[in-house]
Formats: sequence, C-alpha cells, structure tokens
Amino acid sequence: MARERLRLYGSCLRRFWGSALAAELEYPGNALVELIAVIGNLAGSLFVLSLLYGHGRDLGGWSWDAALVVLGLYTLLDGFTSCLLQPNLSRIVQHVQTGSLDFVLLKPIDSQFWLSTRQISPWGLPAIVVGMGLIGWGLAQATPVMVWSQPWAVGSRLLLGLCLLSAAAAILYSLWFLLASLSIWFVKVWNATEVLRYTLVAGRYPVSAYPPGLRLVFTLVLPVAFLTTVPAEALLGRASPLWAAGSLMAAALTLWLSRAFWQHALRHYTSASS
Amino acid sequence: MARTWGRAPLRRGVRVARALLLSQYAYMLEYRAEIALWALSGVLPLIMLGVWQGSGAAAAAGITAQGVARYFLAAFVVRQFTVVWLIHVFEEDALQGKLAPQLLQPLHPLWRYLAAHVAEQATRVPFVALMLVVVLAVQPDAIAWQAPWRLLLGLLAIAAAFVLRFILQTILTMACFWSERAAALDRLMLIPYLFLSGLVAPLSTFPPAMRELAAATPFPSMVAFPAALLAGEPVAIGAGFATTAAWCALLLPIALLLWRAGIRRYAAMGA
Repeated sequence: MARERLRLYGSCLRRFWGSALAAELEYPGNALVELIAVIGNLAGSLFVLSLLYGHGRDLGGWSWDAALVVLGLYTLLDGFTSCLLQPNLSRIVQHVQTGSLDFVLLKPIDSQFWLSTRQISPWGLPAIVVGMGLIGWGLAQATPVMVWSQPWAVGSRLLLGLCLLSAAAAILYSLWFLLASLSIWFVKVWNATEVLRYTLVAGRYPVSAYPPGLRLVFTLVLPVAFLTTVPAEALLGRASPLWAAGSLMAAALTLWLSRAFWQHALRHYTSASS
Repeated sequence: MARTWGRAPLRRGVRVARALLLSQYAYMLEYRAEIALWALSGVLPLIMLGVWQGSGAAAAAGITAQGVARYFLAAFVVRQFTVVWLIHVFEEDALQGKLAPQLLQPLHPLWRYLAAHVAEQATRVPFVALMLVVVLAVQPDAIAWQAPWRLLLGLLAIAAAFVLRFILQTILTMACFWSERAAALDRLMLIPYLFLSGLVAPLSTFPPAMRELAAATPFPSMVAFPAALLAGEPVAIGAGFATTAAWCALLLPIALLLWRAGIRRYAAMGA
C-alpha cells in the first residue's frame, strides 16, 4: 500500500515537472535574463564583499575564501528558490484569491504535496551552477593542502556539509510555505513570499559579521544562520556538533510546523464565494 | 461630462487627483497586511548597517560609526518611499486586458498607477514609523536631527527620487506591449540599482573608478543623494537636485514616446 502510494506520487511528480518544464521553455528569452541576473548579482556581491575586506581586514573572523563559501551557499539556495519554491508557493496566494484552491483540495492527492511540487522552473539552474562553482573555489582556496590527502576527512566534511545543506533547504521551504499559507486568512498577501527573499539576503554574509543582537535574531527568529553559515562551517571542517544538531532540529521543527500550520489553515478556509 | 470639462483645467486636475488618491488609499488600506509585509521587506539597508558596523571598512574610508548608522537609517527611509512596482501590476493588466477600459477614460492611465503608488506610500507611513522606533530604541544616535528646512529638502529629494524611479520603470514597463514576460526586465534593472545607488554600501567607500562609474548613472540620485541629505552629511544640494531633474527630463520623453508606440500595437486578450 505504502509502496503503491509512493509510486503514485513519483509518477505524479514526473508528469508535473514534465508539463511545467514544457510550459516554461516556451519563454527561452528568460534563460538569458536569468543568466545576466545571476552574473550581475554575483559581480555586485563580490564587489561589496571586496569593499568590506581589503587592506587585510576580515569579516567576523572569516577569511575571504571562507566568506566565498557562504556567498556560494547563498547563491545555491537562491537558485533552489527560483527553481522550486518561488514558482510553486507564490501561486498559493492566487489559488486562494481566485478560489481555484477548491479544485486542488478535491484532488485525491495530498494538497501540500501538490501545492509544493506542481511547478518547476529551469531558470534557477544558472544560480545553482554558479553557487556550486563558488563553493568549490572557496573550499579549494581555504582548505589546507594536507587535508586533501586524507580522503576520510574530506569525505566526512562533504557529507556533513551536504546533510546540513539539505536541512537548510528544508528550513527555507518551510519558511516559504508557512508564509504562503498565511494567505488563507489575509487573501491578498500578494507576493508576501518575496519578503523572505529580501530578508534572507542577510545570509550572504557569515552570521558572526553582525552585531550580537542581530546574530540572535538571525539564529532564533529568522534562522539565516542555519541556511548558510552552519553548512559553510561544516564544509570548511570546523562544524560544532551543537550547531549541526541545532540545524537538524530546526529543520525537523519547521517542517513539522509547516505541515501542522497548513492543516490548521485549511480548517479556516472558506472558499472564494462563501 | 462636457460641462465640467469646460471649467478651468486646473480645477479638474485637482478634482481628479483627489478622487484618484482617495479611492486608491481606501483600496490600499484594504491590503494593509500585505503592505506591512512589503515595508518589512525593505530591511536591506538595516541589514547592511549591521554588516558595515561590524567591519572596519567604514572607518578605513573615513566614516564614523555614527555616520554609518545615520546613513543607512536614512537610506532605509528613502528606500521605503521610493519603491516602484508598476511593471508587475501593468504586466498583469496588459495581459488580462484590464488596460483596455482604462484607455477609454479621458485620463492617461499612468496617472492612475502613479496615484496607486502614492497611496501605497501613505499606507506605509505607520509601519515605517514603527520600524524606525524599534531601530532607534536599539541605536538612539542613528537619527540625525535636522533643521526643518533641511528635513523638508530631504523629503523633496525622496519625492524626486521616486519620480525618477517611476519614470525609469515606465520605460521598462513599455516592454509589456511587446513581451508577455516583461517583468523579468525589472530583475535586471534591480542589479545596478542595488549596487550603484548606495543602498548596500556608501558611495564614499567605493574605489575612485567605481565611484565615477556610479556617478555617471541615474542610480545615486535614487538613494545616495537623498540619504546623504537626510543623514546630515555635507552634500551639494543644488547639484543633487539638478542631476535628478536632468535625468527625469532625459528619460520622460523616452517613456512617453514608447507609450505611444506601444499603445498602437496593444491588442488585449481576445481582441
């Protein structure tokens, strides 16, 4: 039974993404726009970073190369957002406004699954590629040569980093979904999800670059620290078990919260015409 | 209708503006939850304030810690009241044919959008004030108390910056007549705006070549000039206003020409 359901969701996903990709590829000009946007944003970010560094200064105890890893992770997650989160979750608002959420709820499939995976956009790929390149470059520069000769050390760093990056993606998804489900009450939180994009910009810099008060906010209220700083520390081989565990717990908690909140929200949903 | 038209055009203008602003304000109040979120999304200068305060880079460029705080707080206010979202609304209106009935009215549709922006800014005021209070509770020296005339000039500079941004985005928006996904262009324009306007770094920390490059674009007029004025920094007031006005004078005819060309080929859905 469980396996059958899994197969059903798998085949749905294939159909979803096949049709979504076909629709998106109708606008090939977007690829160029996205590519320019990614490169321009990267150049600008590097420029601002170079203003903050320079003359032997560092930022919150992070070297230039280590800060590049953080920036790379930010770019990567931004690409993930453009690929999956933005195309799907910014539509929830529209569904509530026009009442088409009714049709989603009637489908014999989990509504959160449908709303979170129905669309996919290839236009986040440039950011993902550039982000991975930046991470690779920063790591190659920041990691001492002798570490590379120890496959065990490299492997464990990458594994933990990947694990924490997945936790970061889960946190990011949950935050987006939580905000998007608010539209059940406020109906027109048009692009409210964009707010997240602007506040999460803080993740471009290691969290220790901020004053202590903001650091606390970026850890507990708006978990920016778990998005980029913690995975970057793991990749650089200086992860603290406490932060890693905190990151995984935050991921589990926010995922559960998004699920519970959605079910709570649905109980308050009163369709468009009622 | 014809009789009221016969009256002094000025009086008609005042009446139309009043009606537009009041109706748009009522409309925006309906969506105050959304606008509160939008106000919250303008925190970028405050985030950058945190970064710059933690770094020695500002001191190396000869800016005091207090100067950094004042500049970014002013930039935050400027950003809040110069937000332009014309292209996103217009794209939808043009695609869905909502523009067609507007074209029948004896009023240039852009006025309606302009009124919507002004009304949205008015709705923002309480939220921005609240955020300012929070910041000032943490950093009481971040505000630069100004002589009333300078404050007034600062507000005028914000208004001028808004008009310039509105005109610039109108030019981009006209691409909606030729493409279905013109809003993507705004993403591109956002990049030089972000990095050259002084929103994320004071222009005085730029290397000289980059500073000259930025000065050759309209972007510093949109943030750096009004923010410096509000922060009480020594700034060439006359030259700043003249630059903003010159950019407006240069861009406005382009926007209007494109509007005319675009409207000629506009065919709404189903037409």
